[in-house]
Amino acid sequence: MLRYTAKRFLSLLISLAVASLVIFVVIEVAPGDPASFMLGMNAQPETLAALRTELGLDQSRLDRYLAWVGGMLTGDFGTSYTYRTPVTEMIGDRLWVSVPLAIYALALSIIVAFPAGIYAASRRGGAGDIGVMGATQLGVAVPNFWFAMILVLIFSINLRWFSAGGFVGWDKGLWAGLHALTLPAIALALPQAAILARVMRSSLLDVLGEDFMRTARAKGLTARQALWRHGLRNALIPVLTIIGLQFSFLLAGSIIIEQVFYLPGLGRLVFQSISARDLIVVESVVMLLVFSVIVVNFLVDLAYAAVDPRLRART
Amino acid sequence: MNRNLILGATLTAVFLLAALISFVWTPYDYAGLDIANKLQGPSAVHPLGTDHFGRDILSMIMVGARTSIAVALVAVGIGMGAGVPLGLWAAARRGSLVDEIIMRGNDLVFAFPAIVIAILITAVFGAGAINAIIAIGIFNIPVFARITRGAALSLWQREFILAARVAGKSAARISAEHILPNVANLLIVQGTIQFSLGILAEAGLSYVGLGAQPPVPSWGRMLADAQTMVSIAPHMALMPGFAIILTVLGLNLMGDGLRDLLDPRLRVART
Amino acid sequence: MTLLTVSNLSLSIHGLHILDGVTFSVDPGEIVAVTGESGSGKSMTALAAMQLLPKGTTTTGHIMLGDDDLTQMSEAALCNMRGNDIGMVFQEPMTALNPVQSIGRQVAETIRVHDSSISRAEAEARAAETLERVGLPQERFPLSRFPHELSGGQRQRVVIAIAIALRPRLLIADEPTTALDVTTQAQILQLLTRLAREDGMGLLMITHDLAVVADMADRIIVMRKGQIVEQGETQSLLHNMQHPYTKMLFDASRHEVNLPEAPAPVPLLEVKDVCRDYRLPRKTLFGQPGQFRAVDNVSFTLNRGERLGLVGESGCGKSTLTRAILGLEPVQEGSILLDGEPVFTGTKPNLNVRRKLQVVFQDPFGSFNPRHRVDRLVTEPFHLLDTPPQGAERTRAIDEALTAVGLRPKDARKYIHEFSGGQRQRIAIARALIIRPELILFDEAVSALDVSVRAQILDLLADLCGHYDLTYLFISHDLSVVRSVTDRVLVMKSGQIVEAGETAKVFDAPQHAYTQALIAAAPVLPDLSQATG
Repeated sequence: MLRYTAKRFLSLLISLAVASLVIFVVIEVAPGDPASFMLGMNAQPETLAALRTELGLDQSRLDRYLAWVGGMLTGDFGTSYTYRTPVTEMIGDRLWVSVPLAIYALALSIIVAFPAGIYAASRRGGAGDIGVMGATQLGVAVPNFWFAMILVLIFSINLRWFSAGGFVGWDKGLWAGLHALTLPAIALALPQAAILARVMRSSLLDVLGEDFMRTARAKGLTARQALWRHGLRNALIPVLTIIGLQFSFLLAGSIIIEQVFYLPGLGRLVFQSISARDLIVVESVVMLLVFSVIVVNFLVDLAYAAVDPRLRART
Repeated sequence: MNRNLILGATLTAVFLLAALISFVWTPYDYAGLDIANKLQGPSAVHPLGTDHFGRDILSMIMVGARTSIAVALVAVGIGMGAGVPLGLWAAARRGSLVDEIIMRGNDLVFAFPAIVIAILITAVFGAGAINAIIAIGIFNIPVFARITRGAALSLWQREFILAARVAGKSAARISAEHILPNVANLLIVQGTIQFSLGILAEAGLSYVGLGAQPPVPSWGRMLADAQTMVSIAPHMALMPGFAIILTVLGLNLMGDGLRDLLDPRLRVART
Repeated sequence: MTLLTVSNLSLSIHGLHILDGVTFSVDPGEIVAVTGESGSGKSMTALAAMQLLPKGTTTTGHIMLGDDDLTQMSEAALCNMRGNDIGMVFQEPMTALNPVQSIGRQVAETIRVHDSSISRAEAEARAAETLERVGLPQERFPLSRFPHELSGGQRQRVVIAIAIALRPRLLIADEPTTALDVTTQAQILQLLTRLAREDGMGLLMITHDLAVVADMADRIIVMRKGQIVEQGETQSLLHNMQHPYTKMLFDASRHEVNLPEAPAPVPLLEVKDVCRDYRLPRKTLFGQPGQFRAVDNVSFTLNRGERLGLVGESGCGKSTLTRAILGLEPVQEGSILLDGEPVFTGTKPNLNVRRKLQVVFQDPFGSFNPRHRVDRLVTEPFHLLDTPPQGAERTRAIDEALTAVGLRPKDARKYIHEFSGGQRQRIAIARALIIRPELILFDEAVSALDVSVRAQILDLLADLCGHYDLTYLFISHDLSVVRSVTDRVLVMKSGQIVEAGETAKVFDAPQHAYTQALIAAAPVLPDLSQATG
């Protein structure tokens, strides 16, 4: 188990190093000099040079990369070109919206998808199965931001149950915060839940065909007992993979969904920074997103080992 | 016969046809402003209504289909073109350094969701439909590489591949002659699924302004325009949304239908 | 009083008839064997007795366990019956256990599911006892073991423990040893017999292997195409076979062929001091990876025109050696020469040698690309020739190869799925023959076939020996087959050749302890000419 964890962790570190290098290089090839962009066309050469020194732009690329990575390791993401405030602070505020939203959505999708998938698998070929599968087919096809607009139309504009957008902040209480994130989370969760339910169903059906399920039935377990005691844990292995992969889709989706609800999350920050050509913020936010995907997949790998004793023994 | 396949193929054909027809004919000029008739609901004159500039929504959807299909198709092409050979190569050199590099590279690309790639490209080069194609295309590469490698690995264990090796055939030749034809079905099915995901992704990117730019019409941008109007003119949001849903649904149903049709295991089970 | 009575059982799945009027019974403590070839319905008979039938099955007739008719029982009553009154053991021990649950829990579950008043600790104590009974002592196989930590034979013992934990009245074993090596098979059969005798438990044994049946069963039921063709007490049935199918099955199981005389010895294949190592995964993160020596210092010579056998159990290195001879894998030490030339020159296989070598694999279903027609499949080795035959010459070569293996030239235009397993193996032989190789390797080539088909393929082989002066290396785990089709035999164990010699001598007077164990473990059919009544 320790060896397995160590190996995964090593691979996590390599992935992070390569990812940071890729992001840095891509941002480096961006045309234009941030300093002259910030000061406008008529800037004095001296002021420009001073600003370049202040921003560290006069150093070599390798030095800047090492400084950037070194800073991130200590939690310092540099200073925003536009606002002249620490990027860490700007990101920190936004994380309090984006992270709860992603977790909320993931929880919703699991709560809906697991029972739906199990139900469909246990009623294979029946009306319930066909109903659930039809619904997931539709759920996969609906763009989440469009679904979000429809939710706003129904629940905010017509029914007035939720506000149409914005975020009240957590200082108004947990309930108020969750309330504000509910519609965005539902919109984000819908396609994920549909995919997860389909994977859960097909994975369970695969397991139901395994020899050891027959052994379980031969012991005297009912079909339902066999499903719960032996089927589910084995079916969970491929489902975990999908949950890990989905996290990256959830992040991608949340960037878009934040636009629909005017939520002050990472998504909005990154779009503001793009239009202001505040590349250091873009760079840091992208790195953070990639970091979280890589870390989540590392955690999924560990979860695998918890579920599957064969992995603990091997590698 | 397979109901999914027929329904899916019909839906897909309708949108392909709409996109093709839009090259020679649309009910109105998709860019033609007609402020006097703005925000009209569906009617005999404008079957799907008009937008806030009085443009005909049906015409815009027809032309928008062009953008969606083109972007998704090219992105799938990039994904297959690069991913399939990489997957075949990795499988042929299983366990070697090449395999390891390709697989770790795949994992790395998976950590960059299409929107993140699009953000990076846009930050550097500015917005445009090409960004969407590249971003979605890059994200498709590991998808195809992985699925190809997985299927190819189990084929390499089969005795007919051993027989081909005994017949002195090279790994490249075996990959082309024996492996590729036997994974083709799988790739076709995955291709339709990635195609539908591409359409969704393009709509999302255009919606947040990272994809197609004005005046190129796109379903995602139509939805972005509709957002502020949603309370007074819901049809502006509904119509492009339905277009996306039906196209994606059609492609997914077609993918499922093809899988049933092409999977020899299922075929044996049915007879 | 009888334990299990099956009367007039007919069964169809989605309208396809599987069983037709099956009638038999099992007494307490009696071992009844059901035997037959694939498609005989023997496995479905077992599943019917468990009432674990696939969806869409319709049955008529009765299955009485004591006074209860299983076909009329509610699902709840059946669940209560399964594991309690009837236990079942399956063919494939590698997949029959839940991979993510410890063996102790899986055995204890049988006990707890039928009586929830038993505490977990007590169930575990009884599970430990049961595992002990099936030969898995606690000190070496604690309850916390997971299935992947056990060998195939050990896993099968766990499956048996699950089935007998509650001492059921009837145990059904569906091909319980088919996936195991002969020595393991002998132990498992012994265990099953012992358990049946000790507990007075009825044992219904399903097997394709008549030799297994003859050794242990009290009564034999012979099935064919869903019907019982003959049944009776073992000795009287074997000595007085009534049905021609039973006779055919018996003859085919002990089929022997007459090989033509081998010519004077001239070396063709020379294997000298060959070693093949595999790297093991590292034990620690930065430690040196370990090595596993799959083939250890193997040397032998195969003469032109000779038929050489290579026997050994799974994991003994015979497959690795086969691949090395075929030039599919490099060897670390030693040399493999064919006609004086190495199969490997440097890191590349030698094309000159390759064209003198062909192979026939085990799996008649996996040996062919399903997308190609037979003519393309059998001509694949032409790739080895500098000037492969074209046009009419190619057609003639295909016709000749197909005719030689007993197929028709017009079969060349068919796809592989249009052929049965035996026919596919003929096509595999045609593919090997088409470039007239000096040497053919048969890698478990008849192991996947039914006995009657196997007999035909062996006849074909003997026939081809006469016509083509074949030289071959016949690799198999099946001693009886090797005995009949080889002149000399090599016995392999743990990567080494432990015994070599003339086939008849090795079999009649094995020198090495391992060879002796192998031969003792292999079930044999009784010689009917000597025994009387």
